Amino acid sequence: MIIIVTLLVIAMLASAISAYIFKDLLSAVIASCMVSLIAAVLFFLLHAPDVAMAEASIGAALVTAVFVIAIRRTKRYEE
Amino acid sequence: MRKLSIIIVLIIIGWGIITSLQKIPFGSSRAKLADHYINEGKEETGAANIVTAVVVSYRSLDTLGEVTVLFLATIGLGAVLATIKRKSERESEKASLILSTGCKLLFPLILLFGAYIFIHGHLTPGGGFQGGAVIASAFVLMYLGCHEEKRINETGSILSESLGGLVFLSIGLIGLAIGTGYFLNNFLPKGEFNTLLSGGIIPIIYIAIGFKVGAELSKIIDLLMEES
Repeated sequence: MIIIVTLLVIAMLASAISAYIFKDLLSAVIASCMVSLIAAVLFFLLHAPDVAMAEASIGAALVTAVFVIAIRRTKRYEE
Repeated sequence: MRKLSIIIVLIIIGWGIITSLQKIPFGSSRAKLADHYINEGKEETGAANIVTAVVVSYRSLDTLGEVTVLFLATIGLGAVLATIKRKSERESEKASLILSTGCKLLFPLILLFGAYIFIHGHLTPGGGFQGGAVIASAFVLMYLGCHEEKRINETGSILSESLGGLVFLSIGLIGLAIGTGYFLNNFLPKGEFNTLLSGGIIPIIYIAIGFKVGAELSKIIDLLMEES
């Protein structure tokens, strides 16, 4: 149990840092989506399924869609 | 110099947070209100899911505030985006047959799952907000994957949004009028515990919230997609 949580937290930190590093904004948005998905799994493991459901549907699906729409309107690569 | 001052400010803020949080007894039994919710919540509200019992029964006025905030956000977005002129159609690739057929197959299933989440909000994890977000994600899938000029039915969206709010408010006012005299009083019979028709007004309010949140979030996506 503790090993799974540790691995998930490490993956979450890695995707958060890569969201900061990426110059391609679409990749950065996908990386931040990964942060939300892993956070949802962690909430579920911590016995909070209500919060996990909200995090998965809003953080991973809707926020990602809004960012992708915004990138489509503006530039894809950071200067 | 600037970075150094930022680091100093961050250290001071972190120290303040740590010292103030050290005095709060996390996880111990000194939180009497939480104990009351866990021990008496089932008898008092009739909802099997204690989170729902807190959100819709004990703290339903806060939930009304949350729904109002979401409503105002949608109105603000619509007012901002309505002033921008619609751009000409962009060149975009047409979705393949497999992608669009898959989206059309998945769309009603995701809608059904969202409805299940908010109808069973008082029994299983989830509720109006989660179900509404799942319904909005079904519309996102339809907009992204299925490249046809299909938009949300304007009348249906407005109707479900305003009816959801009206049902929530009028149930609260009926409770104020005929109950023991407070807003959003649970005046309906509790029913048999852990069945679909239990918990008094809780399932009705959660169904109203589900319709309202689903309509609002999918309208936000619709507004943004229309401009892009």
